[in-house]
Amino acid sequence: MSRPRTQAEYLARLVPSSVAGVNRRTLLAGAAGAGSLLGTGLLAGCGGSDSGGSDAKTVSMGSNASDPTPKDVLAKLSGAFKTASGVEVAINTVDHNTFQENINNYLQGKPDDTFTWFAGYRMRFFAERGLAGDVSDVWGKLSGFSDAFKKASTGDDGNQYFVPFSYYPWAVFYRKSVWQQHGYQVPKSLDELTTLSNQMKRDGLVPIAFADKDGWPAMGTFDILNLRINGYQFHIDLMAGKESWTSDKVKKVFDTWAGLLPLHQPDALGRTWQEAAQSLQQKKSGMYLLGLFVAQQFNADEQDDIDFFTFPEIDPAIGAKALDAPIDGYMMARKPKSEANAKKLLEYIGGVDAANIAVKTDPGTLVANTAADTSGYSALQKKAAELVGSATEIAQFLDRDTRPDFASTVIIPALQQFIKDPKDIDGLTNSIENQKKSIFTS
Amino acid sequence: MSDLPLIQADRAVEPPAATTNRGRGRRLRLLSGTDRVVITLMVLIPLLLVTALVWLPALATVVLSGTDWDGIGPLADIDFVGGRNYGDVLTNYPPFVPAVQHNLLWLAVLFLVATPFGMFLAVLLDKELRGSRFYQTALYLPVVLSLALIGFVWQLIYSRDQGLLNAVLGTDVDWYGDPGVNIWAVMLASGWRHVGYIMLLYLAGLKGVDPSLREAAAVDGASEAKSFFRVIFPVLRPINIIVLVVTVIESLRAFDLVWVVNKGRNGLELLSALVTQNVVGEASRIGFGSALATIMLVVSLVFITIYLVTVMRGEDR
Repeated sequence: MSRPRTQAEYLARLVPSSVAGVNRRTLLAGAAGAGSLLGTGLLAGCGGSDSGGSDAKTVSMGSNASDPTPKDVLAKLSGAFKTASGVEVAINTVDHNTFQENINNYLQGKPDDTFTWFAGYRMRFFAERGLAGDVSDVWGKLSGFSDAFKKASTGDDGNQYFVPFSYYPWAVFYRKSVWQQHGYQVPKSLDELTTLSNQMKRDGLVPIAFADKDGWPAMGTFDILNLRINGYQFHIDLMAGKESWTSDKVKKVFDTWAGLLPLHQPDALGRTWQEAAQSLQQKKSGMYLLGLFVAQQFNADEQDDIDFFTFPEIDPAIGAKALDAPIDGYMMARKPKSEANAKKLLEYIGGVDAANIAVKTDPGTLVANTAADTSGYSALQKKAAELVGSATEIAQFLDRDTRPDFASTVIIPALQQFIKDPKDIDGLTNSIENQKKSIFTS
Repeated sequence: MSDLPLIQADRAVEPPAATTNRGRGRRLRLLSGTDRVVITLMVLIPLLLVTALVWLPALATVVLSGTDWDGIGPLADIDFVGGRNYGDVLTNYPPFVPAVQHNLLWLAVLFLVATPFGMFLAVLLDKELRGSRFYQTALYLPVVLSLALIGFVWQLIYSRDQGLLNAVLGTDVDWYGDPGVNIWAVMLASGWRHVGYIMLLYLAGLKGVDPSLREAAAVDGASEAKSFFRVIFPVLRPINIIVLVVTVIESLRAFDLVWVVNKGRNGLELLSALVTQNVVGEASRIGFGSALATIMLVVSLVFITIYLVTVMRGEDR
């Protein structure tokens, strides 16, 4: 998951890596990592010279799984892969944010044979620029993935460049106890949502919790409104720069949002998503559109009280079957040292055994492979898996579906501007469109 | 006046220096071969370092600002787009104008409020009050604290829903989110650090002032304020210039707190944050970011030129 999980991680993330420098622990970890890499490298070298040019028995992986739990999952995966295939995986873990920020340099330098990444525009972009390896033949051997996941793993040329592993959906979360107490029903249309929100206001609740201090949470609201009003294909084309931001379709999204804004928590620009989630947890607000990670802000004994529904239908012709569900997974470098081993590893990671290991090790994850044994899932996880399983299309979230420079330097300020002043939609969309033209033509 | 001999001693050094100028040729010949090698190395190494670490990157930034490079692909593929990036910065980039205004505001507030206040505290602490070491430490502490901690401390204070300030005042001002308020909130936090820094610098200067100066002023019947402004302050000219330069530099490179709060968006735009947003990280809008950086460089050069001119004129006098 790319979103911060804990307050501590959130804080650590605030500090740019250039300022944070290297703390002692990472230095030690790095030294240990370098040591182990060196060790395996030497061993592999010895083995190679002894047996006289047989297939190398190692494959390297660049990993952004710097948090303890995901790191543990990957370590167990590589152990199991070694037992199954006899190939050693040399994992090179880099801090999650640093990995993401350095991805350009990383892929152009000497990347590891395989590496962690996300589905979406950037994956397709790297594929198009020849910075990622084609893994279509791996996909030939994989099973258990829905078409939506395959679509999300496919580059612009129709080949697959990505093996999905885990994901989390965006939905509207609420507390069952609060809804039972007031007798609320899950809304099936935008009108019902508005009626429900007004009822919540009368009951003394903030209808929709909202926060956008960090700039990305509001993208979730824009995405879901766009998906409901204009559909998945328009979302993809808009994000790819092919559709105009000044079109009536986009204006309708902002218009609808402007109508809903009074039902959102006010002063969102100074609030972190954690604080908004806590207002839901403290029963001060009625619902909150966020990723599944919202559950981290709830106590262990409150987990069963969390429930969600997918954002209701706005246009019956479009329906309510598409949603944001960012997918994390693995890719192969353009020129892996051992392509055979890299593909073997990706095939293993995409398989049922790997998915089962992940479910057992990390209770918070949802695995992409539907054949996995999910009996260990909580009720919330089961429901989330069903929701995504029934989705016709899966979007990857705005900042993963478009150019990162466009998302961070244009869309974030623009959405914040909109939240400040929802009236000037024409001026806003003109400004976005002008900047988009400049960025996408370069 | 006790400082007169000192000044005379200063001047006394200069004439001999002037005479050696005439004898320069002879002096050069006195240098042995080793000396010449050492001198050459001592000039060359810093020169290379400055060129490689300062001038070449600065020049590269200026060159890159004329391109649309996204950080991917060989350098040979870079397309030059002329002044388009600059045109975009000025006309097609909404955060730019607020960023310039905020930088100027930052400079004004640090210069007019925080710096004088830091100097004032230094003067107070110089009076050897009881517990002055404690105050000194307390005031300097913000400078030492790590950035993550400072961000956390102020988040606890300024948070709209859970913050100390709103709880104490009973208000619900959106300190970090309201673009009309947050620049002042962050500037207070930034001033909090800056005051401590200036206080320590100035205190060190004050400690170095010859005590007989004050005595003489007191004997002549000068009031406390008068003796500071007429005697101490002029004597501290070198420190004053350092304080001035530090203030200007701090306001131009103001970045950390703003970045910690919201990455320099929504009312907290600053040039340095915009450069970082564009160049560092996944965005890799390197050409555009370089144009912003070049503009920042030009602005800095204006201040540096003013400073150098002032200092050199001061030395001529």
